[in-house]
Amino acid sequence: MVDTKSNDKGFHRRVLESKAGVFTIVTTLAILVGGIVEIVPMFTATAGPERPDWVTPYTPLEVAGRDIYIREGCYVCHSQWVRPMRAELLRYGEWSRAGEYRYDRPFLLGSRRIGPDLHRVGGKYPDAWHYEHMRDPRAITAGSVMPPYPWLLEKTIDPDDVAASVRALKRVGTPYTHQEVANLPELLRIQSAAIVERLAGTGIQTQPDREIVALIAYLQRLGVDGRSAIDQGLTSPSAAAPIDTATTGESQ
Amino acid sequence: MEYTNPTTVDESVYDDDVVRMFFGATVIWGVVGMLVGVVIALQLAWWPANLSLPWTTFGRLRPLHTNAVIFAFAGNICFAGIYYSMQRLLKTRMWNDRLSRFHFWGWQAIIVAAAITLPLGLTQSKEYAELIWPIDIAIAVVWVVFAVNFFGTLATRKVKHIYVAIWFYISFVITIAVLHIVNSLAVPATLFRSYPLYSGMTDALVQWWYGHNAVGFFLTTPFLGLMYYFLPRAADRPVYSYRLSIVHFWSLVFLYIWTGPHHLLYSGLPDWAQTLGVVFSVMLLAPSWGGMLNGLLTLRGAWHRVRTDPVLKFFVVAVSFYGMSTFEGPMMAIRAVNSLAHFTNWVIGHVHSGALGWVGMMTFGTLYWLVPKLWKRELAYPKLATAHFWLATIGIVLYTVSMWAAGLMEGLMWRAVNDRGLLASPAFMDIVDRLDPFYGLRLLGGFLYFVGAAMMAWNIYRTIAASRAGALTPSAAAAAS
Repeated sequence: MVDTKSNDKGFHRRVLESKAGVFTIVTTLAILVGGIVEIVPMFTATAGPERPDWVTPYTPLEVAGRDIYIREGCYVCHSQWVRPMRAELLRYGEWSRAGEYRYDRPFLLGSRRIGPDLHRVGGKYPDAWHYEHMRDPRAITAGSVMPPYPWLLEKTIDPDDVAASVRALKRVGTPYTHQEVANLPELLRIQSAAIVERLAGTGIQTQPDREIVALIAYLQRLGVDGRSAIDQGLTSPSAAAPIDTATTGESQ
Repeated sequence: MEYTNPTTVDESVYDDDVVRMFFGATVIWGVVGMLVGVVIALQLAWWPANLSLPWTTFGRLRPLHTNAVIFAFAGNICFAGIYYSMQRLLKTRMWNDRLSRFHFWGWQAIIVAAAITLPLGLTQSKEYAELIWPIDIAIAVVWVVFAVNFFGTLATRKVKHIYVAIWFYISFVITIAVLHIVNSLAVPATLFRSYPLYSGMTDALVQWWYGHNAVGFFLTTPFLGLMYYFLPRAADRPVYSYRLSIVHFWSLVFLYIWTGPHHLLYSGLPDWAQTLGVVFSVMLLAPSWGGMLNGLLTLRGAWHRVRTDPVLKFFVVAVSFYGMSTFEGPMMAIRAVNSLAHFTNWVIGHVHSGALGWVGMMTFGTLYWLVPKLWKRELAYPKLATAHFWLATIGIVLYTVSMWAAGLMEGLMWRAVNDRGLLASPAFMDIVDRLDPFYGLRLLGGFLYFVGAAMMAWNIYRTIAASRAGALTPSAAAAAS
C-alpha cells in the first residue's frame, strides 16, 4: 500500500519512518509547542487574565449552591458569559470581565444557550422567583423547556460536606481564613436564615438546610461583585474594551 | 534491531481476539450512546421526557451521551482498528496479550463507571472531561498500559518501515495522555468531588485546549489512521500521495493544538490568545483538506466500486463530511462568524456533521469491512448494510440542516435590535418557542441514524451467530485468506 515511487533516500523515510523513538519524540515536541505558548503566560501578571481585589470568594453557602449547580448540569444549558455586544448588554447587562471569574473553580462559562445567560442574574429576581422557578419552571415562564427540580426543595445540605469543599478550595488557593473554616456552620446558618426569612415574607415556608436555599444564595451572588466594581469604576482601564460595533445589529 | 521484513505472515500469529472484543464493544456502546442522544433530542422538543427524576434530566444525560459516543463508541473502534492494523503493518503480534486484555477490560470498566456516575450528578463539569477524579486516575492508568503495549509492539516490529497510519496512531497515544493529565489536575474534596488547580479564564483555556484537541486527537488523528489503513484495503488501491501524507500529518498535529481559544472568543481570555486561536484555526483548513484529498483521490480507479460496495459508500461519505466540517470549523472560528454562531444550535449541527458524518460513517465502514475478516463469514444481510447507509446519510442531512437553520435563527433573533435601539425579541422564551419544528426534524434525523446503527448491530449479530453455527462460505474463506 505504500507508494513505492517515492524517494527511499529522503530524510523523512530514512530517519523518521524507520526509527519509532525519533518519530515519537518529534511528534511530542510538535504537539507541545502550541499548548506551552498559550497556557504558560496565563500564570503571569502581564499576559494573563487580571486578578483584581474587588472580587471576593464565594461564601460557604454559595459554594454549596455552586456544587448543586454543577451536579444538576445547569451549565449545560446556561452560559455565564455576557459578550461585549450591544444586544447582549441590552438583554443581560454588563459584559463579563476576566477578573470576575478569579475564584471560579471549575470555570462555568458554558458553551450553549438553550436558556438565557446567567452571569448577571444575581439580584435580578427576588428569592421567591427562583424558588418557584425550580419547583415548576412553567409557573414562571409559559412554554419553558426546562425540567422541574422539585427535589431541591426537599434534599438537605450537609455542613461537613460543605466544609470538605471549602477546605479543598482553600488548599488550591482560594483565600479563605481559618476563622471562616472554623465558623463554617455559623456562616451557613446566618446566610441561609436570611434567605428563609425573605421567602417566608412571600408566604413560602422552607428550612435553612434545604438545597434550594444554597442554590438561591449562589444564583443571587452571580455577577454581583463585577457589577458593583464596574459601577464604582474599579475595573482596570484595559478591561474597558469598546463594544464590538460589527455585531451590534446597527445595520437595521 | 533485527528486521526480517517478511513478505507474508501466517495470520494466526496475530491476536485477533482482542480486536473482536473491541469490535463488539463498539457496536454495543454505539447503539446505547446514540439511543441516549435520541432521548435528549426528545427532551428538548418535549420537556416531559425529562421524566421529573433527578437521574434523567437533560443536564445529566447530555454528558452521558457525549461521553458514550466519544469514549465508548469512537474509542473502542479506534482500539479495534489500531490492534487489527498495527499487527499487520508491523508483521508482529501485539507485544503483550495481558496488557491488551487489561486495556480492554479497564476501558469498559471506565465506561460503566461513567454510565453510573453521570446520571447520579457526579461530575467535574468540564466538557468531555466530566468524569470524577477517581475515574480520571483509572483513565490515566489504562492509557499508560495501552501506550506501553503500543510502543512495545513498535519496538518488537518485524518491518523496519512505519506506515503513515501508525504516525497518526502515535500522535493519538501521546497527545491524549498529555491533554488528559494536564486538564484533570485537581485537589479532591471528597471521594466524588474535586476542584481544579486552575481558576477562571485560565481553567477555561486549559479546558478548551483539552476540549478542542479531544476533537483533534481522539476524533480526528486516529480516524485518519484508520482511513489510511482501511480505505486503501477496501478500495484495493495505493494511497494517492506519500508526500501529501507527510506534509499534512506534520502540519495537522502542529497546528491543531493551538486552536482551543476559538471556543472563548469575546470572553475575558486575553486578546492575544484569542487571536492565536483564530489564526491557527483558519490555517488548519489546509492540512485537514490535505487528508480529505488524499483519502478521496486514493479511490481513483475504484469509483465504479462505490456503487456496489457498502463499505466504500460509508468511507466516501465519511471523508466528504470530514472535508465539509473542517471547512465549516475554521469559518466558525473567524470572529465575525463566531459572534453569530456561538452558543447556538449551529455549533451542535457542526459537531454532528463531524461526529455522525466523519466519525460514525468511518466506524460503520470499518466494522462492515472487518466482519468477514474477523468471523470468516460473509455479512448476513448485505442489502441491509446498504439500507443502513442510506438511512444514516438521510439522518445526517436532516440533523445538520435543521440545526444550521435553528442556529442561524437563534443567533439572528438574539442580536436583532429595532429602530428604537431596543431588542426586537426581548423575551428569550419567544425565540425558544420558534425552535420546535427544528428540534422535531433533528429528532427525526437522529432517530433514523440510530435505527441504521441498530440494523447494523442486528446484521453483525446474525453474521457472528451464523459463523459460530456453520462452516465457511467459499467467498468469505477467499476474502479472509
